[in-house]
Amino acid sequence: MTIEDIQNEIIDEFSMFDDWEERYQYMIDLGKDLPLIDDQYKTDSNIIKGCQSKVWVHAEMKDNKIAFTADSDAIITKGIIAILIRTFSDQHPKDIIDADTDFIDKIGLKEHLSPTRANGLVSMVKQLKMYAIAYQTQLN
Amino acid sequence: MFNVQDIRKDFPILSRKVNGKPLVYFDNAATSQTPQQVIDAIVDYYSNYNANIHRGVHTLSQEATDLYEQARHKIQAHFNAKFSHEIILTSGTTHSINLVANGFSALLKKGDEIIVSALEHHSNIVPWQMLCERTGGVLKVIPMNDHGELVMSDFDNLLSENTKLVFVNHISNALGTINPIEYIIEKAHQVGAAVLIDGAQSCPHIKPDVQALDVDFYVASAHKMCGPTGVGMLYGKESWLNKLPPYQGGGEMIAEVTFEKTTYADLPHKFEAGTPNIAGGIVFGAAIDYMNSIGFDAIAAYENDLLNYATEKLLEIDGLKIYGTSKNKTSVISFNLENIHPYDVGTILDKLGIAVRTGHHCAQPIMDFYCIPGTVRASFSFYNTKEEIDALVEGVKKAKMMLL
Repeated sequence: MTIEDIQNEIIDEFSMFDDWEERYQYMIDLGKDLPLIDDQYKTDSNIIKGCQSKVWVHAEMKDNKIAFTADSDAIITKGIIAILIRTFSDQHPKDIIDADTDFIDKIGLKEHLSPTRANGLVSMVKQLKMYAIAYQTQLN
Repeated sequence: MFNVQDIRKDFPILSRKVNGKPLVYFDNAATSQTPQQVIDAIVDYYSNYNANIHRGVHTLSQEATDLYEQARHKIQAHFNAKFSHEIILTSGTTHSINLVANGFSALLKKGDEIIVSALEHHSNIVPWQMLCERTGGVLKVIPMNDHGELVMSDFDNLLSENTKLVFVNHISNALGTINPIEYIIEKAHQVGAAVLIDGAQSCPHIKPDVQALDVDFYVASAHKMCGPTGVGMLYGKESWLNKLPPYQGGGEMIAEVTFEKTTYADLPHKFEAGTPNIAGGIVFGAAIDYMNSIGFDAIAAYENDLLNYATEKLLEIDGLKIYGTSKNKTSVISFNLENIHPYDVGTILDKLGIAVRTGHHCAQPIMDFYCIPGTVRASFSFYNTKEEIDALVEGVKKAKMMLL
């Protein structure tokens, strides 16, 4: 599936919910279901700066696609990173670099896009794209 | 008579909605809300008196100067300073602290010691670390116990003839502990050290008497006492303020300037370089008037009632732990739910219209002491109600249900 397909799928899932509570509950559940990151990657150098909670991200290249794994000590943050990883994992670096993240707004989580927001969604997207740029450079 | 419903009518913001719910504002330790009387004072200044002060011969400038100096007198009276020139108007507590820290860099020599407490806000640690780096001074820390209280026997042991300055907050922003500053001041004076007290968190709740305390420096911010942001004050004993060199150079702070030599203005202007926050200073006075019209005894009694009520109700929630359990504390509750990150709790509460603070509250050493990433902090003011505390308690229960 392309990044856009996945994003549309996520928008569809979130459109089933009537209020913030259901949306947040779903996001919390996504966080709980996020596959565990290998403990060896939960290092200080893998922490994304700019988040009130801790977020670790690890990236690996397999068959010219990037596989992301992540974790957070806060469950809502973990839900957000789970959504981002589902969108960006197993994709080509160039597609990740080019992808927009408007879908976050469409699933009713716009408030997390504000740069003042302590959860650092913006920082997370930036970090995932930085990995993509780094791997793209290797491919070139 | 103290009537919270009448008081709430003074605060327009308290009737707004957040995320479709009535705002419950429990982030008072970060900044207080602003009553209409204070908002009116801002409008009145810009509508009728706006002019630069201390220099103009024209009437408007004279009137603005009078209002600004009247505000200084109000602040003097409020803190019971001996002279109005012992009140320096600054941009806030952080500015005031830096002013004193900078002044002490001229007075300290290698090996001199500064004592701070383990309960300090970052802005109370960093200026002294910088000062010690510049002067070769040594920073010592009064430790805290599990209740979030400073250990006075350790403080006694830290004091020596090398101690030049002791710096402690009157009330901890992260935990709400009221520190025994009377004891600290007395003991520090016995070894000849000066004492600077950070009143940022105390001034919204109590009315300090700087002469009775015999404190050397006391600092506060207007925005935590129903006033505007960007203005605060430094009280310093006249003798100390005369000893400290000026902080910043510029207009207002000079007596005479030639290219060979500049002589500095007298107090307080020596420390007030450039055009000050004129509106802010005047409105700071209006905020003090407002708080005194409510009365600090009534405020303290009511807030203590809120604190006890909230403590009791929150502790009924299984797995909730309160950090900062001193008997001597103000209306701040720092807490966590077991196995739940404070950030998550704060996010759910925000969706319910409840404003709390989450994180380390700029006091990382305290969080390290308890081995936690941060806390949820609810801080109550005299315009809050028990019904709002009930909403908080229900919100925390809901957060727990959703997050666990």
